[in-house]
Amino acid sequence: MSDHNHHDSETGYGRFHRRVFERKAGVFAVATTVAISVGALVELIPMFTASSSASWERVDWVTPYTPLEVAGRDIYVREGCYLCHSQMIRPMRAEILRYGPWTRAGEYQYDRPFLLGSRRLGPDLQRVGGKYPDAWHYEHMRDPRSTSPGSVMPVYPWLIDSKIDPADIAASVRALARVGTPYESTDEAWVAGRLQSQGATIVQNLASAGITAEWDDEIVALTAYLQRLGVEGRAHLANQGGDS
Amino acid sequence: MEQSTSGTVATPASRPDYDMDIVKKFFTATVVWGIVGMLVGVVIALQLAWRPANLGLPWTTFGRLRPLHTNAVVFAFGGNVVFTGIYHSMQRLLKTRMWNDTLSRIHFWGWQLIIVAAAVTLPLGLTQSKEYAELIWPIDVAITLVWVVFAVNFFATVAIRKVEHMYVAIWFYMSFVITIAVLHIVNSLVIPATLFRSYPIYAGLTDALVQWWYGHNAVGFFLTTPFLGLMYYYLPRAADRPVYSYRLSIIHFWALVFLYIWAGPHHLLYSALPDWAQTLGMVFSIMLIAPSWGGMLNGLLTLKGAWDRVRTDPILKFMVVAVSFYGMSTFEGPMMSIRAVNGLAHYTNWVIGHVHSGALGWVGMISFGMLYWMVQNIWNRPLAYPSWASHHFWLATIGIVIYTVAMWAAGLMEGLQWRALDDAGRLANPIFLDITHRLNPFLWLRVVGGSMYLVGAVMMGINFWKTIRGPSAPAGARVEGV
Repeated sequence: MSDHNHHDSETGYGRFHRRVFERKAGVFAVATTVAISVGALVELIPMFTASSSASWERVDWVTPYTPLEVAGRDIYVREGCYLCHSQMIRPMRAEILRYGPWTRAGEYQYDRPFLLGSRRLGPDLQRVGGKYPDAWHYEHMRDPRSTSPGSVMPVYPWLIDSKIDPADIAASVRALARVGTPYESTDEAWVAGRLQSQGATIVQNLASAGITAEWDDEIVALTAYLQRLGVEGRAHLANQGGDS
Repeated sequence: MEQSTSGTVATPASRPDYDMDIVKKFFTATVVWGIVGMLVGVVIALQLAWRPANLGLPWTTFGRLRPLHTNAVVFAFGGNVVFTGIYHSMQRLLKTRMWNDTLSRIHFWGWQLIIVAAAVTLPLGLTQSKEYAELIWPIDVAITLVWVVFAVNFFATVAIRKVEHMYVAIWFYMSFVITIAVLHIVNSLVIPATLFRSYPIYAGLTDALVQWWYGHNAVGFFLTTPFLGLMYYYLPRAADRPVYSYRLSIIHFWALVFLYIWAGPHHLLYSALPDWAQTLGMVFSIMLIAPSWGGMLNGLLTLKGAWDRVRTDPILKFMVVAVSFYGMSTFEGPMMSIRAVNGLAHYTNWVIGHVHSGALGWVGMISFGMLYWMVQNIWNRPLAYPSWASHHFWLATIGIVIYTVAMWAAGLMEGLQWRALDDAGRLANPIFLDITHRLNPFLWLRVVGGSMYLVGAVMMGINFWKTIRGPSAPAGARVEGV
C-alpha cells in the first residue's frame, strides 16, 4: 500500500507528485502549511489591521462593560447561556420586528469573548436590555416558567444564593484593561466601589417589587449585564432616524 | 498494491517490530470515551425534550453539559480513534516502528488526562465559551504541549521510514498534525485573569471570525482529513481492493486543504462581518463540494469488484454508509452556506441535523468499520458475536435517519415560523415559545434516534470486550470478514 502501482501514477503531474512531494516529507509539510495559510492570511489579516485602527468595529456610542456587567457576563458564559440564546439580530424584516434594529459591528467592540451564539433554542438577547424590569429577570432565573409559561429553560436558583467576589472581578477588569478595554482605574477599591453603586440601584429596583437582594448576589450582576444589552445601540440608532 | 498489504496477516518473520501496545491503548480509550460522549449526547437531547432532565443542579444543566458532549465526541472519541488508526497504519505504511515509544505514551496519557480535565471543568462551568475550544487556558497549554510531543514523534517516524514514498493516508495525517496546531494556537491566544478565566486578545467580530475559522476547520482538519486518511488505508484493506485513482487522490487532497481554510465565515452570514469576508466564506464553501466528492468517489469506486461482499460484510457496510454520508453532508453543507439558504437554516435544528449526519454518519460509521476490522487483526481473533456487528450497523443507520429527518423537519419548521408574517406585515408567530412547543415531538424523535445509535455503540463495546477476552484464532487463520 505504500506504493501506488497504478496506471495513472507514472504520467504527468502524478509522476511529479511522486518524485517531489511523496519522497520529501519536509517539502510536503511546507507545501501543506502554505496551502492552509493562504486563505487564513487573506481573511484574518485585514480584520486584525482594521480592528487595531479606529475603523469599522470602533464606534464612540458604545461604552465598555462596567465591573458589575463584567461579572454578569462571566456568569452568562459560565452557565452556557450563549448555547441557547444568540446575540445577533440579522438585517431581516422578521428579525427586526421581533428583536429590534439589526446589530452593528461596533456594538460588539468590547465583547471578549464574542457571544453571537450558533443556536436559538430561546430568543435572541442582543437588545434584551430594558425590555423587562429587573424583577422580571430575578423571577425568570429563579424559575423561567413563573414569567414565561411553558418555558423549556432550566431553573437557576443558585444565582440567587451565590455571591460575586470583588477581588476576582478586579482580576478580570485588569485582564480586560491589558487587552485594551479603556477603564479609568483597575484598582480593587475602584472596582469594589463601582460594583456596590451599580448593584445598589438594582437592589433598590428589586426592593420596590418586594424582592430582597444584596449588591453582591450573582443574580444582581447577571441582571446588570442583561439590562445593558443593546441599549446604547438602540438609543443611538433611534437618534439617527432612518430604518432600523 | 503490494502483495503484503492485500493479504490479511503478514507472517511474523516479515513484519517489523511494530508498537502494537500503543494502538491497543488508544483503541480501548476510543471505545470507552465514545460511549461516554454519546451517552451525554442522549442526556442533553432528553433535556431539550423534557425539562426535568436538567435535574435543577448547576453542573447538570444543558448549558454546561452540551460542551461536555461536543468535546467528548470530537476530541475524546474522534481524537482517540484517529490516533488509534494513525499509530496502527503509519507504522505499516512507513514500514517502521514509531520513532520513540516514550513520546507515544506521553501522547496517550497526556491526551487522556486532558479529557479527564475537560470532564471535570466543563460541568463546573469553567469555560472560554468558544465552541469546540471551550477548555480553560491551562488545559489549552497542556493540549499544545501534548500536540508537540505527538508531532515530533510523527515527523521523526516519517523521517526514519523504510519506504521511499509516502502513501496518500500519510498526506492526510500530516495536514491534520500541522493544521490543528496552527488553529489551536491562533484561536487560544488569551490574557489570563485567574487560573480558570481568561479573555481573548481579539474582540467582537474579529474574535468571532477567528473562532469560526478555527471551528469550521476543526470540522475540516480534525473530523475530515484524518478520517479520509483512515478511509484510504482501511477501506482498501477491508475490501481487499486497490485505491481507485491515484491522480484523483492528489487533486482532491490539495484542493481540500487549500479550499477548506477559507470557509469559516459561512458561520457568520448576515452578521455585521464585512460582506467581502462573508462572500469569500460562501464561495469557497460551494467550491468545497468538488474535493469532498473527489474523496467520496475515490472511496466508493475502490469497492469496484467488491460490491458483492458489501451485502454480507458488516465492516464494508459501515464504510460504504460512512462514505455515502460524507458525500451527503458535504453537499448539504455548501448548500447551507448559500446566503439565502443560510438565512433560513441558521440558528435552527437544521444545523444540528447537518452536523450529526456528518458526525454520526461519516465520522462514527467509518470509525466503527475500522474498529471492527482492527479488533480482529490486532488481537488476532474472530469477533465474539459476529451477528451483533450487523445489528449495530442497522441500529446506527436507522438511528441516524430518524435523527436527521427529525432535525430537518424541526429546523425548517422553526426557521419558517420565526420569519412568517401575516397579511398586515406583522409577525405571524409573535410568541417565540409557541414555536418552541411545536418542535417537541421532533425532539423526542431525536432522543429515539440518538438512543438507537448509542445502543449500537454499547453492543460494539460488549462485543469487543468478549472478543478480546476470548480465545485467539488458530495460527494462519483468516479472521477478517465476519
